[in-house]
Amino acid sequence: MGEFSKLFELFLAASLINNFVFTRFLGLCIFFGVSKKMETAVGMSVTFTAVMVISAALSWLIWTYAMVPLGLQFLKIVVFIGVVAAFVQASDTILRKISPGLYYKLGVYLALIATNCIILAVPLINAGEHYSFLESLAFGLGSGLGFALALIIMASIRERLELAQVPRPFRGTAMAFVTAALIALAFTGFSGLITL
Amino acid sequence: MATDMTNWQLIKNGIFAENTIFKLAISLCPAIAVTNSVKNGFFMGVAVLAVQTLVNGTVGALRNYIHPRIRIPIFMLIISGWVSVIDMTMAAFVRDVYREVGLYIELIVAFASILAHAETFASKNKTVPSIFDGIGMGTGFLVALVIISFFRELLGKGTVWNFPIVHFKPMLIMILPTGGFIAVGFLIGFFNWIEMRFFGGKGATSGGGHH
Repeated sequence: MGEFSKLFELFLAASLINNFVFTRFLGLCIFFGVSKKMETAVGMSVTFTAVMVISAALSWLIWTYAMVPLGLQFLKIVVFIGVVAAFVQASDTILRKISPGLYYKLGVYLALIATNCIILAVPLINAGEHYSFLESLAFGLGSGLGFALALIIMASIRERLELAQVPRPFRGTAMAFVTAALIALAFTGFSGLITL
Repeated sequence: MATDMTNWQLIKNGIFAENTIFKLAISLCPAIAVTNSVKNGFFMGVAVLAVQTLVNGTVGALRNYIHPRIRIPIFMLIISGWVSVIDMTMAAFVRDVYREVGLYIELIVAFASILAHAETFASKNKTVPSIFDGIGMGTGFLVALVIISFFRELLGKGTVWNFPIVHFKPMLIMILPTGGFIAVGFLIGFFNWIEMRFFGGKGATSGGGHH
């Protein structure tokens, strides 16, 4: 089996089979919080995917070249959250300087990302699974796109739900959960597609 | 802006009025991910309770020495330090549970509810009320997890804490990922209904907070 097909398998597994929202249950707060409107969902997806890939790369470099040689693996939680927060803060500043238009569109989401379980999960899983650099990148990209897919499906359904006759106790959060359950049921069909 | 609630009121507030999962609908990820058995849910709840109490106590004790401009990074350091401690403790003492919920224990760092309470409560109050606020919020989370996992394990496996209770063909769907969403959705709806029917409230806030 070639190197490329292995990466592709990892990418597919991360995005569809072990979808971050529907099978791993990460980033749910964001998922239910910003999936009310299509526009915000798309903005969030773009920002998230970019941040996930870059933070996967950054944390892999720090993990492999600084923490493992020095035997500091037990500090991974402290270090990774520091790396992610610093990177998000830096990209916030850089984006504001370089492209005010894009910052105006996506700056809101950057502020929400800094401490978020889904962003932090990627470096932690990469470190736990001992992925190589390219595998980490494929995993980050797959997870990001899987999250984007989940957000966009959910947003398109919830825009219709606005007009539906939902029983009063179920309005809002409860109905969103039941909707997510039905999507998760559909995603269960992907399990066993690739046996890793 | 110190609080005027007694310690007992703080605990009750955390369990009922400000229940993290059923009322505020934040920090939901572990509420679904680790509730496929009562044992997992219980230990996850205990981990959160410990972290929340320790963080609140630490912030409450150190609040006069933390410069306001850099307080958020300091809070993050305190939180991630305590999470590391709990993480390693769990890994040492409850290995079988840790194998399933380990990732989510590590992700307690990113809990909105913990940072929010360090920021809004512990940094403005004395140590003792802060600790009780932490106990209240943590217990609320623990209770919610146990309720959800009780229903899911009973329906999905016919057991509670791995003891067989009822003998019927279990609804496998309840311990699949889908069951988690269904259980939480129906429980939130049920609590909203109770509140509307008997207390004349207008139910939980819709849509959940941001992260």
